[in-house]
Amino acid sequence: MNLPIYLDNNATTPMDPRVLDTMLPYFNSKFGNAASRNHAFGWAAEEAVDYAREQVAQLIGANEKEIIFTSGATESDNLAIKGVFEMYKEKGNHIITCVTEHKAVLDACKHLEKLGAEVTYLPVKTDGLIDLNQLEAAITEKTILVSIMYGNNEIGIVQPIKEIAAITHKHGALFMTDATQAVGKIPVDVIADGIDLMAFTGHKMYGPKGVGALYVRRKNPRVKVTAQMDGGGHERGMRSGTLNVPGIVGLGKAAELCRLEMAEEAKRLSALRNKLQTSLLQMEESYLNGNQENRLPHVANISFKYVEGEGLMMAMKDLAVSSGSACTSASLEPSYVLKSLGLSDDLAHSSIRFGLGRFTTEEEVDFAITQTKKAVNHLRDLSPLWEMFKEGIDLDKIEWAEH
Amino acid sequence: MAYSEKVIDHYTNPRNVGTLDKSNNSVGTGLVGAPECGDVMRLQIQVDENHVITDAKFKTFGCGSAIASSSLATEWLKGKSIDDAMKIDNMDIVEELALPPVKIHCSVLAEDAIKAAINDYRIKNGLEALVVEKSHH
Repeated sequence: MNLPIYLDNNATTPMDPRVLDTMLPYFNSKFGNAASRNHAFGWAAEEAVDYAREQVAQLIGANEKEIIFTSGATESDNLAIKGVFEMYKEKGNHIITCVTEHKAVLDACKHLEKLGAEVTYLPVKTDGLIDLNQLEAAITEKTILVSIMYGNNEIGIVQPIKEIAAITHKHGALFMTDATQAVGKIPVDVIADGIDLMAFTGHKMYGPKGVGALYVRRKNPRVKVTAQMDGGGHERGMRSGTLNVPGIVGLGKAAELCRLEMAEEAKRLSALRNKLQTSLLQMEESYLNGNQENRLPHVANISFKYVEGEGLMMAMKDLAVSSGSACTSASLEPSYVLKSLGLSDDLAHSSIRFGLGRFTTEEEVDFAITQTKKAVNHLRDLSPLWEMFKEGIDLDKIEWAEH
Repeated sequence: MAYSEKVIDHYTNPRNVGTLDKSNNSVGTGLVGAPECGDVMRLQIQVDENHVITDAKFKTFGCGSAIASSSLATEWLKGKSIDDAMKIDNMDIVEELALPPVKIHCSVLAEDAIKAAINDYRIKNGLEALVVEKSHH
């Protein structure tokens, strides 16, 4: 077992060696530009891109013509949201999204507000899921787009995508989802789910960084987005720029591996995750954040009350995890996602996200359990709040000095 | 962000963790910060009849820098008179631990905790509480 142990697979995943092997020739011997139509170098690159497009399409039940390659999920989110707003502005200017979305979605919406968009940010329930009645009530005749993420990056909950899509379509709007955390981890089918646009990326599914895709539906209805970058008109005119051939080849291979291995991998990971979670939740005053049933198989977000997340991570120095604590961000504000669940600031500060992955072993999980318990106990021994709690003092009744 | 060796040392082997009897008149207690801000420090001093600090203990809820700042403060307090202890400045802590700008508030909190503990002792012993300048938070 090599230390430190990587349990931050929601931030990024290591690349599968099989993906790397597939990519390598496209850096040197097959270096052609996929848009070069008159020689063998270009044809080889184009063929590789076409094949990757099929691999990606197959993973999500799409047609290969519906896949637009981008630089990653942030670009795909921006292209979808801004592109739909521009393309459908005759029809309306209202967009619905939710408060726990990734910043790529939230900030794209904020940008559009300056350009005349009306945006509704739906709250979430304490389990992190949106309320479908609230969604339906928010839709107006001006609504052109509903954008709700598939799986949440911080707490791993999975939104009721099919139901959201059905409500959206009933009112004639388009449904877009940021599926960065879900694609490759759980079955995602754009037809069965009723998705019109979907953003995802290579590096969260054991592929390379710097390459992602946007699914754009071509039939029932035919969806169009206005390009956000001007240039050579690549990707059916929706995304100009010379194609990142090695990256795309890698994304394709990563998608294929996920499609073939997902079922077994999800089973293995959820068993390991449940072991970790059950064991850690046996500790006093530890709480699981987010809905327990509708959740990605590899994620557990747990708050250890009376210890602070960054301090805790420092004690867990052989584990690479992440925290919703303010101290880990430049803003000194704790996670907005955890706060949206109604978590008090002190519980948000005390949260740790464990993200297991393809290469996580049971031995590593056992080690993580031991290390985490040791670290929590160490910090509780140092914590004045823990001591007060143990003495039966109600911390809510203390007048804390502001600072 | 990488921590300095001194922060890691204090964090890994915190000095003077513990609790003094806060009802004792020779003990001064300072409790500063707030749970929702992500750090709470409790610093306690044991003071002899000559107003010299003979022992100091802390417990801190917070990040590594907050824990290290309070651990260092307890080391510095021992053997100092309460008047000299009042002169400990947060920037001394910043310098000693090589805290980055984003962690300066941890040192401010430690300075506040020292002053709060001294004032608690002063009030208990019929001395006038010293006015604490609100430091740059």
